[in-house]
Amino acid sequence: MQSLKNTLSSLWQTLFGHPVRAFGVVSLLLLISLAIAPAKNYFSEWRHYQKQYLKLVRSRGEAVTLERHFHEHEGIQQIWLPEFGVVDRCTTCHVGLKEASLADVSTQPFRRHPVIPHTLDQFGCVMCHRGQGPATIVEEAHRSTLAWEQPILPARYVQSSCGQCHRASLTGTPQLNLGRYLLGRYGCVHCHTIKLPDGSAIKPTDDPPSLEHIADKTTREWIYAWLKDPQAYAVSATMPNFKLNDPDARDISAFLIANSTALAGDTAPVTKNEKAPDPTAGASLYGESFCSSCHAVQNAAGNVVGGDVGPELTRVGTKVKPEWLRAWLRNPRVYDSGTAMPHYRFSDPQVSLLAGFLGNKTDSDLLANVHLDAPTPEQIAHGKLLVTEYGCASCHEISGIKKPDNFAPELTHVGSKPLTQIIFLPGMTHAIPDYIAAKIREPRSFGSALKMPQFSLAPAQIDALTTALLSLTDRAHDLPSALTVPAKPPSNYQPAGKAGQLMADLACFSCHAINGRGGDMAPDLTWEGSSVQRPWLQAFLKNPGTLRPALIRRMPKFNLSDDDAKELTDYIMTVYQTPAFDRDSMPSSGYPPAQVEQGKQLFYSKYACQSCHIVDAKVDKGYVGPTLTQVGSRLTAAWIYHWLKDPQTMRPGAIEPNRNMNDEDARALTAFLMTQKGSSKQEAKK
Amino acid sequence: MTRAGFINAFPLGRHVPQGLKPAFFRARNGMAEAVPYPKPIYETSSRLWRILFAVSLTLVSAGCTRKPGAAFALKPAGFGAALVESSGGKQIGATGSVLAQPLVVQVNDEQGTAVTGALVEFSGPAGVSFDPPSGLTDSSGQLNTNVALGGRAGRYQLIAHTTTKAQKAVELKIEEIALGYQQQVGFQLDNKYCARCHNPESTAERVSNYDNLAVKPHPFTEGDTLNKMSDAELTAIISHGGPALNKSALMPPYGYTLSKTEIEALIAYIRLISDPPYHASGMVYAQE
Repeated sequence: MQSLKNTLSSLWQTLFGHPVRAFGVVSLLLLISLAIAPAKNYFSEWRHYQKQYLKLVRSRGEAVTLERHFHEHEGIQQIWLPEFGVVDRCTTCHVGLKEASLADVSTQPFRRHPVIPHTLDQFGCVMCHRGQGPATIVEEAHRSTLAWEQPILPARYVQSSCGQCHRASLTGTPQLNLGRYLLGRYGCVHCHTIKLPDGSAIKPTDDPPSLEHIADKTTREWIYAWLKDPQAYAVSATMPNFKLNDPDARDISAFLIANSTALAGDTAPVTKNEKAPDPTAGASLYGESFCSSCHAVQNAAGNVVGGDVGPELTRVGTKVKPEWLRAWLRNPRVYDSGTAMPHYRFSDPQVSLLAGFLGNKTDSDLLANVHLDAPTPEQIAHGKLLVTEYGCASCHEISGIKKPDNFAPELTHVGSKPLTQIIFLPGMTHAIPDYIAAKIREPRSFGSALKMPQFSLAPAQIDALTTALLSLTDRAHDLPSALTVPAKPPSNYQPAGKAGQLMADLACFSCHAINGRGGDMAPDLTWEGSSVQRPWLQAFLKNPGTLRPALIRRMPKFNLSDDDAKELTDYIMTVYQTPAFDRDSMPSSGYPPAQVEQGKQLFYSKYACQSCHIVDAKVDKGYVGPTLTQVGSRLTAAWIYHWLKDPQTMRPGAIEPNRNMNDEDARALTAFLMTQKGSSKQEAKK
Repeated sequence: MTRAGFINAFPLGRHVPQGLKPAFFRARNGMAEAVPYPKPIYETSSRLWRILFAVSLTLVSAGCTRKPGAAFALKPAGFGAALVESSGGKQIGATGSVLAQPLVVQVNDEQGTAVTGALVEFSGPAGVSFDPPSGLTDSSGQLNTNVALGGRAGRYQLIAHTTTKAQKAVELKIEEIALGYQQQVGFQLDNKYCARCHNPESTAERVSNYDNLAVKPHPFTEGDTLNKMSDAELTAIISHGGPALNKSALMPPYGYTLSKTEIEALIAYIRLISDPPYHASGMVYAQE
C-alpha cells in the first residue's frame, strides 16, 4: 500500500512536478485527444471498403470508366427520400451497385445489384432490404444493435417488401402471392384480423363447413378421429391439429353430435332392395362428371391427385353416412346453401352409382381403435366449454355459440412488431422473420398452453406465409396512397333474375369468372355472348363437348333441362356482350371461295396456326389451343376477326400471340375458319 | 470489445441485447444470411483493426466458446463407400427460397447396398442453408434435407459429404439453380407461353405439344445450340418469329404480345437454365 502510494507520487512528480513539464504533458494529452476523431475517420470501415473497391476496379479491363464513376461519388454517399422516410448511406460501401460491368464480381460489398424494375435512386435500399440506412458501420447497418433493432431482411423473405406498396399480385413475386393466398386458404384470418392499408380486411377463402347439422353427415367416431388428427383422414386437409387429449376430443365430439339438428331429407333411408352398384360404372361417372377438377384422391403411390376446391375424397366412405351422401349428391344446396359444389341434377340411378362408388372409398384403420361410450351430460357440457375455449366457432357455424371477435392477436402491423414485445425461444435468432416463421412452424413450442393449433404446412408454404405477414409493416400502412399500387377492388357481381339463380345453383363462379368475380379454372365468360353462336351454346350447355382435348379439367355435364339451358343461353347471349363490336357485323357464311382459299394458305403457311390448333383432324396435331374443326358453327365471325387482330384485348391473359395481322389477312382467315362447320351430326352418331 | 461482457451478463433465453445475437447464434443456426461478407474485416483491414479484433476475438472465445457443430455431434453407426443422389438435384427455385423438393442422398457400401446410420454433412456456397445440415441415414440408407438457396441468382454447387470406415472422405456434388427477380419473371413467361412447345416433358396439367410439331423447337436447356446465339439474335427470333429469320414458321412472333423487359427476362431465364451453362451467367462455387 505504502509502496503504491510512493510510486504514484513519484509519477506525479515526474509528469507535473515542474510547470514547464506539466505544460508539455498537458499539451501532449490535448494533441492526442484532438487526434482521436480524425484517426477514427481515417480508419473507418467505409474508407477501407472504398480503397478495396479501387484496388478491385484497377485490375479490370474497364478500369478507367469505373474509376471515373467512383471519383464522381467519393466519400460518404446518401440517398434521401423524404416521402418514404429513407436516408440510405449503403452506397458508401456498396460502390458498384449500378455498374453493369461488375456482373461477375461475387465479393460483397462490390457486387452489382441484380436487375429489378426499380432504380436505386427512386427507392433506396432499406425499402426492400430493411436494415439501418443511415449507419456507416457494417455491424450497425446490417444487424440489430442496442440502438437500432432493424436487421437486414434475409433474401428468402425479400418479396415481402414488394408487398408494402403493391397490393395486387405481381408476376415477379410468386412467394408473396402464394403467402397472401394461403392466409385466406388456410383460414388464418378467421381468428387473426388482418386489415390492409386500404382499410379492407383479408377475407378467408377456405369455407369451413357449418356444424349445425353435422350428425346428419357423419358419426361421432369420425369426428373424434378427425379432431385427434385431421391429416390422418386426408393428407391435404387444411384443418389444423389442436393436439387434443383423448377426453377432450371425446367431449367435443359428444357436444357437436348433441348440438346438431336434423335436416329433413338427409335421413331418408337407403332402400334395401337396391342393386349393388357397379364399381366401374361409378368410377366412369365420377370421371365424366369431372369431380376430380375440384376433389383430390390419394393414389397408391401416396400422391394427392386432383383439385383442391373441394375436400379430399380418399376415405370419404369412412366419413359420411350413406343417406346424407345421397341427399348431398341429389342437391348439395339443401345442406349448405353457399357451397362451391354445383347442383348436378343427377338421376336417381346416377346418385346411387356415385354414392356407391364414393362409399367404397373407406379406410378401416381410421376408426378401428375408436370406441366411445354414450356421452354423459357433464361430458357434453365440458365439450361446449372446450368448443368455446378453442374458438371453434371462429371458423365453423355452431348453433348456440357466437363467433368470437378478435379471438387471436390482430396481425395488421405484424411486420414491424417491436422486438421488445416479443419473447424469443432459446437459441432463436432475435429477428422478426425468424419469430413469425417459428410461430407458424410450431406454435405450441412457445408454450404448451397456447391455443394456436399445429398447421400442416410445407417449408415453402411457411416461408410464403412469413413473407406475406412481413409485408404488413408500419411503412405499408403509412405510405400516402399516391405511392401505392392498389389491388383491384373485389367484385360482388351478381347475375340477375332466374338465370342468376340458375348460375348460383350450378356454381358457375366456382370455375368461370364474369365481370371480375369467380374462379380461374375455366375461361372468363364476361363477353361470351359476343363470342359464341346461340345454337352451339345451347347444345353445349346440354351436353358439353371437348374443345381442348389436352386439358384434364373440363366442363361437366349438369343434366340441364331444355328450359334451363334456354334460360341460360338467352341470358348469356343478351347480357355478356362486348361494347367493342356488334357480333352480327360479319356474316357467318357465304364468303367467296377465293378468300377462303387465301385464308387456308395463310393458316397453314404464313401464320402456321396448325402448330397449336387442329382444323383437319387427319393432318393437324396442335393441341395447345382449342380444336377448330367446328369453329364455324361455334364462334361468331366478328369475334374471330377481332380475336385475330388482338387476342389480349378480347380476353386479357390469352396466350395466343398478337400477330399484328393486317385487315386483309384477318378477313381471309375469318372466312376460312367460318367454313369449318364441322359435322356435328356425325360426331353425335359416333 | 465490451461485447464479451454483455453476452456473459445475459443467459440464453433471456432478452439479449440485439447487437450480440447474430454472431452468437450463427454457429447454432447456420443462417448464412448473417455472414454476407466473404472477407471479414480483421483479415483485410489495417493493422490497428487487426489487433483490436484479435483482442476482442480472444475475449469472446474465452468468454463463451460454442463450437460450431457441437449441437449436431452425431455419432455415425455405419460407414458407406459411395454417395448417390436419390432425388432433389437440378431443381429450379427462387433466390433465398426453400426448394420445392427436399434433397435426398443415399449412402451405399462397396456392394451397392444401402447403409443405415452413416453420417452425411451438407455444405454449399455462402447463403445456402440446409435443414438439417447433417444427419444419419435412415433404414433405407437415405437422408433428406430441405435446401434454401442463397440470395444470388445462378447455379449452386452443393456438396454432400460422408466418410468411409477408413476415414476417407466421399463427396457428392449436386447442382441447383436459383432464379433472381428477372429470371423468375422469365420462368413464368416460359410456363405460360413457351413451355407448351419448347418443353418436351408433359405434366398432368400441361400436355406437351413438342411431339406434334413437324419442326422440333429447341428445348431451353439445350445449351449447345442456344449458347451460340447472342442476346440480340434471341430477342429477334422471339419478337419477329421464325419466318423473319428464315427459320420455321411454327414459331410465332411475340413482339406484339410481350414487352421489351419481358423478353429480356425470358432471355435471362434461358441463359440461366441452359446446359452446358452459358458462360456469362457464371457459376457460384462453394468457397470452402
